[in-house]
Amino acid sequence: MPFVPHTEEEINEMLSVIGIDSIDNLFDEIPAHLKIKGLEKVPAGLNEMSINRLMQQRAAKDGQPLCFIGAGSYDHHIPAAVWQITTRGEYYTAYTPYQAEASQGTLQLTYEFQSMMTALTGMDASNASLYDGATAMAEAVLMAVRSNRKSKSRKILVPRSVNPTYKHVTETIVKHQNIELVDVEIDSTTSKASMDALKAFSGEDITAVVISQPNFFGTLEDVDAITTWAHENNIVVIAVVNPLSLAILKPPGIWGDNGADIAVGDGQPLGAPMSSGGPYYGIMTCKKAFVRQMPGRIVGRTVDQEGREGFVLTLQAREQHIRRSKATSNICTNQGLVVTASTIHMSLLGPEGLKQTALSCHSNTQKLVEKLSAIDGVEIVFDQPRFHEAVIKINKSAADVLAKLAEQNILGGLDLSADYPEMKDCILVCATELRIAEDIEIFATALAAALK
Amino acid sequence: MLIFEHSASGRKTKIQSTSGNEMPTDIPASLLRDEKPGLPEVSEMQAVRHYTSLSQKNFSIDTHFYPLGSCTMKHNPRVCNSLAMLPGFLSRHPLAPEKLSQGFMECMYELQEMLCDVTGMAGFSLAPMAGAQGEFAGIAMIRAYHDANGDTERKEILVPDAAHGTNPATATMCGYTVKEISTLANGDVDIDVLKEAVGPQTAGLMLTNPSTLGVFERRIEEIAKIIHDVGGLLYYDGANLNAILGKIRPGDMGFDVIHSNLHKTFSTPHGGGGPGSGAIGVAERLKPFMPMPGVKKIGNEFQWLTEEDCPHSIGRMSAFFGNPGVLLRAYIYMRLLGAEGMQRVGEFATLNANYMMAQLKARGFEAAIPDRYASHEFIITLKKQAKELNVSAMDFAKRLLDLGYHAPTTYFPLLVPECLLIEPTESEAKEMLDGFVEALVQVQQEAETDADMLHNAPYTMPVNRLDEVRAAKQLDLAWSAESKA
Repeated sequence: MPFVPHTEEEINEMLSVIGIDSIDNLFDEIPAHLKIKGLEKVPAGLNEMSINRLMQQRAAKDGQPLCFIGAGSYDHHIPAAVWQITTRGEYYTAYTPYQAEASQGTLQLTYEFQSMMTALTGMDASNASLYDGATAMAEAVLMAVRSNRKSKSRKILVPRSVNPTYKHVTETIVKHQNIELVDVEIDSTTSKASMDALKAFSGEDITAVVISQPNFFGTLEDVDAITTWAHENNIVVIAVVNPLSLAILKPPGIWGDNGADIAVGDGQPLGAPMSSGGPYYGIMTCKKAFVRQMPGRIVGRTVDQEGREGFVLTLQAREQHIRRSKATSNICTNQGLVVTASTIHMSLLGPEGLKQTALSCHSNTQKLVEKLSAIDGVEIVFDQPRFHEAVIKINKSAADVLAKLAEQNILGGLDLSADYPEMKDCILVCATELRIAEDIEIFATALAAALK
Repeated sequence: MLIFEHSASGRKTKIQSTSGNEMPTDIPASLLRDEKPGLPEVSEMQAVRHYTSLSQKNFSIDTHFYPLGSCTMKHNPRVCNSLAMLPGFLSRHPLAPEKLSQGFMECMYELQEMLCDVTGMAGFSLAPMAGAQGEFAGIAMIRAYHDANGDTERKEILVPDAAHGTNPATATMCGYTVKEISTLANGDVDIDVLKEAVGPQTAGLMLTNPSTLGVFERRIEEIAKIIHDVGGLLYYDGANLNAILGKIRPGDMGFDVIHSNLHKTFSTPHGGGGPGSGAIGVAERLKPFMPMPGVKKIGNEFQWLTEEDCPHSIGRMSAFFGNPGVLLRAYIYMRLLGAEGMQRVGEFATLNANYMMAQLKARGFEAAIPDRYASHEFIITLKKQAKELNVSAMDFAKRLLDLGYHAPTTYFPLLVPECLLIEPTESEAKEMLDGFVEALVQVQQEAETDADMLHNAPYTMPVNRLDEVRAAKQLDLAWSAESKA
């Protein structure tokens, strides 16, 4: 009986206090024909030795390939201390900090996290996290619709250079509220959002525009020009950023005339392992004027009765447990534990460590691009300023070549043709700080062989 | 002290990164950062010490009894964590090809199958990342189902007044209006009110069973019939699934779509606020609408579901595949329990709750629904204490912290005045339950002799009661070098 501590004697004592003969009596109110005899698809229980064996076999099966895919999930170094501290029971097994006095650890850490996020993004305020980068973009769109009182259209411009899955998820979440996501063309030579395509909307009633920096192809967008243009047209600016890149790139808080209004992104590069796609967390930051429209938990600093510094969940009147059907979002549980890891991660790296990591990613990717472009049958498609991802085009079927590389335990990148039919045989590749020269050499050699 | 206050400009810890890289010349200066971000500059030891000492300011399951009603704070087995964090799982890129993912996909497929079995549903999607997202997926599927049938005039979702706040918030996000259904004093949904409320405008009903009042909805089959007769669908909020695990199944009760909080029933950690998983189960007719992605088995091979499998899918809920680290922990937990262990969960969670309720009643406390068996949780109302002694449920809750117990859920459900919603879970031993009863009795005695003392509790925490009004009015949401509380 795993994890149930009762002895026979205790059970009998408890039953007699309740005044019944057997545990089954407690289910007397349930119609008898609804009770099940047993479970068919749940096997017999395992002990810890057996589950160890089973899971080790399963984990080993997946081969730990050499990874050159990014596309929203990145293979970064994580200091040993990060998850050792994060999985202390006091963080790992606590609930949402409803009883503030007994949750100052989680609350203070979350306040520190919010502070780190505003420092990185240059924005005024951060919440305590959303689920992931894609849902953070969806919530940013909803927030922009609530905030932009000058706009009635509920039209959101989304350049095709924004992560297509983020757009898909946003569509799933906002479509029931009469919100329209409008595709904006990209410049086919640079992969950047086309300024001409954007300017075609000048003077129209548009609620918000999404700008991704770097964009899905790794290319750096003209964020200043787009931000300024958007504000001239009363359009709310939603930035989608990679937080690691912000160690070296201009933060969204100072883009263009007056900075982005809302900045979101995925926190995975800051301490979360790739782990098949999660748990990661969604970053949500904004300017002061937007704070009361922000979804999710927010921690504030205050004082107790004796004037001592302390931390509480604040602005709860926005949330579902108070506002019910009029809440800013239905979100309740967030990604707290990953935020804990991320906060410790940022403390251990500091501004210089994050900057050096971002720079290593950049220089490794430039080396990768150089190495791959020297191979016969490979060309670099968008030769633009970039951050740690690039697009190559090969002269054979991308699907076939990637399958061949996988046989050699190499993940050679993401085939772009599914989301961008015009980019046939184009592959999105990525090198983080962990893909050192030796790894790049292995990839280049295998790719050259596959293209022969 | 904040981590920032341990910081000293220029302190670098070179061990976690390469060093000596210069700012790139191939990126225009206008796109680069010119000031370093205001992150802390501390040594590894300073960071480790700071975050270890912060952790010690938390109550948690590992350190304290945590009978938070509706949250199912059961033991989180350590092996679930260590195995979910095997390098093979952590290093799998979410877009790795199927051939290099069979180990992971096999776990996910089996998890789907086991969840179908314990809930009596025909299909399961692991995509939603928390209960609220599961609710969203469920209500979006209900909407997509009606739309696919050309049934576009259904504008209303019914929700009992005892429901979690996420229910009405979710219905709104899916474009529905919400109508509340009242609850009888015995905890059952008021069937007469329900009958009056339903009609051609009804898209569905969201129900928690056992309800948030801690009792089983006895007329569930009748409710299902009322909803189905008008063409609506029935949604099961799985927050209280722990109460009936292995005993009865939502699918057999007539529910069309359910979410299961794997971080409650299947013991994945709450992590100080998340991550969770709101895996979602559906009846046969809703299978084509399930969110993506999912796993199927063809021969001995595991493959991702495609659009052909779910032609009317409501879409994707996350950038990749929900929260796989959480899903792995739930899978491991279910394999440890097995079929028999699963059954014991519902039984012993219910035994513990009823034992505590009986003990508290015997010691003079008033149960909100005294004449019925509790499910896995029950409610004590302190309205008498509030009136006669001027001591609130919040005062009781805060004082319990001093006595070494996390407080139960307070002021929820909203319809019971001055309530404590108590959920002990199956993993607590009798001695702990007895200790908690004695602690409540002690607080009751203190209330009778020194009510003022309770108004200022707790006394032994790192801080006492915090000024929430100030927190909301003088917003201080981020540290900066100039700011000071």
